[in-house]
Amino acid sequence: MRLNQFSKNAGTGFEQGLSSEITPQAVYAQRRDWLKQIAAGAAGLSMATWASREALAQVSNAAVVRAGKLAPLTGALSRVSGANTMEKITTYTDATSYNNFYEFGTDKSDPAKYAHTLQTQPWTVEVEGLVKKPGRFDLDALLKLSPMEERIYRLRCVEGWSMVVPWVGYSLAELIKRVEPLGSAKYVEFITQADPKTMPGVRSRVLDWPYVEGLRLDEAMHPLTLLSFGMYGEVLPNQNGAPVRLVVPWKYGFKSAKSLVKIRFVEKQPINSWGRSAPQEYGFYSNVNPNVNHPRWSQATERRIGEDGLFAKKRKTLMFNGYEAQVGQLYAGMDLSKLY
Amino acid sequence: MLNASLRHALQHRGAKPVLWLLCLMPFAWLVWGAVNDALGANPAEYLIRATGDWTLRLLCVTLAVTPVRVMLGLPELAKFRRMLGLFTYFYVVLHLLCYSWLDMGFEWADIAADIAKRPFILVGFSAFVLLTLLALTSFNRAIRWLGAQRWQWLHRLVHVVAVLAVLHFFWMRAGKSNFAEVFVYASVLSVLLLFRLRGVIRSRRG
Repeated sequence: MRLNQFSKNAGTGFEQGLSSEITPQAVYAQRRDWLKQIAAGAAGLSMATWASREALAQVSNAAVVRAGKLAPLTGALSRVSGANTMEKITTYTDATSYNNFYEFGTDKSDPAKYAHTLQTQPWTVEVEGLVKKPGRFDLDALLKLSPMEERIYRLRCVEGWSMVVPWVGYSLAELIKRVEPLGSAKYVEFITQADPKTMPGVRSRVLDWPYVEGLRLDEAMHPLTLLSFGMYGEVLPNQNGAPVRLVVPWKYGFKSAKSLVKIRFVEKQPINSWGRSAPQEYGFYSNVNPNVNHPRWSQATERRIGEDGLFAKKRKTLMFNGYEAQVGQLYAGMDLSKLY
Repeated sequence: MLNASLRHALQHRGAKPVLWLLCLMPFAWLVWGAVNDALGANPAEYLIRATGDWTLRLLCVTLAVTPVRVMLGLPELAKFRRMLGLFTYFYVVLHLLCYSWLDMGFEWADIAADIAKRPFILVGFSAFVLLTLLALTSFNRAIRWLGAQRWQWLHRLVHVVAVLAVLHFFWMRAGKSNFAEVFVYASVLSVLLLFRLRGVIRSRRG
C-alpha cells in the first residue's frame, strides 16, 4: 500500500499566452533588471559570479560549440518546424553532468561519474512487433539510415528544471517508415539497455528494469520526435544515453528513453517504467503542461540550468514546452488534466 | 581513563566555541559554494536540499545528546544540547528561506497555496512551526515562566518534529523511489526515540 494519496490539482486558472516568444522576452527583461540591481550594488552578498554568468548568457547566442571530447557527429540544421530554438544553449558541462539516468544511480551527478563503464560497441537495436519488416539494426546501419540533422530543443525535466540542448539525429519517423507498421500497430514501446555488469544502478531495485517508455504511433511519427545519436556536434556521451536515444521535446525528459535496444510496435498502450512505479505521479502522456501540477510540486515554472541566476525568479513553463503550434493538434479533444 | 580525559576536554572553556564553529561550517561551505559557483548545475536545488540535510543531521545529533550522556556517563554533554537544538533551528530557517526565495521567489500566495495543497510541504512546515515554539522557549527565563514540568512537556515535542521531518523527507523521495538515505535517518531517529521511551517506561515502573 502506498502512503501518499494525493489529489490532482488541475486547472488552477493559470493563464498562458500561446506564442512561445512572449515569455522568454519577459524573462530576459527581468534578468536585465536584476543585473542592473547588482551593478548598482543593491545586492548585499558578493554575487559577482552570478552576475558574470548572466553577462555570458547575454553575449553568446545559439552557436553550437563542440566540446572536443568525443568523436564528431554533425548534421545540417534541421528544417523541421520548431526544431531550432534561438534560446541560449546550455553549456556542455551542465548538460553532461546534471541529468537523470537511473541505470547509473539516483543522484543527478551519478551518470557522469559512473557511465564510463557502459559498452556501446557492438550495439544493435531490434525492431519487432506489429510491423511488416521487423529486423535487427546495428548501429552503423542506423547511422546511415537517414541524413543527420542538428536540432536545438528545449528540454524540460519533470522535476522543474530545463536546458537547451543541440541534438544530432533524424526523425524517428524515418525508421518507422522503413519497417512499415501494420494497421493494428497503435503504440510504440521503447526498451532500453539494462546490464547489471556495466550499469551499477540496475543492481538496485528503485525501478523495474529494463526501463521502458512508450508513445502513441502518431506521436512517434511526429517529425519533432528525434532518434538521436549525438549532441553538441559529437556522438552522445554515455551518461546522456549513448549510443542512440529518443528525444521528445514537448514531453517531460523521462519520456526520452536512453540507450535504446528494442523498439516494439504494439496494439495496447504500453506501461512505462515511471507509470508503473508511481501511476498517480507520472502519466503515460507526460506532456509538459504548466496547468497540470505534479502532486508534490507545481509545474507552472521552471529553472533554466546555468542561465537563471540563483536569486532570479523561475521562468514560466510553456504549454507542450513551447511546441504547442507543432504538436497541439495531436491532443485535440483530449482532457489533458485526466490524460496527464 | 579515556572517559576522564574526554570529560576534561568537555569541561574546557573552549569546548563551546569549538562546537559553535563546527556547527557553522556547513553554512560557511554553502555560502562559499554559492559565491564561487561550486554547487553544480542547479545551485538553488543544491542549497534547498543541503540545508534540509543539515537540519536532519543536527536534529539527530541534538536528540543523541541525552542518550549518549547517560550511556557513557558524560554529564558535561548536557550544556551543549541547547546550542545544538538552536543550530537545528538555524538550518531549518535557512531551509525554509531557500525554499521560499530560490524556489518560490517570495510569492507568498503561491507559498501559502503550496503549504495547503501538498502534504509533503505541509508536514515540513508543521515541523518548522513546532521547532519555532521550541526555539522561542529555549532560554532560561522561559523555563522559569513555564515551570520546569510544562517546559519539559513542551520540549518533548522535538520527538514529534523528528517524526514529521522524516515523513517530509520520505514523501519528497517517494516519487523517485529513492529511500536509502531516508532509511538511514529513520533508523537513527528510531533508535534514539526508543531509548527515550525505555527511559519513560522505566521511570513509571520505578
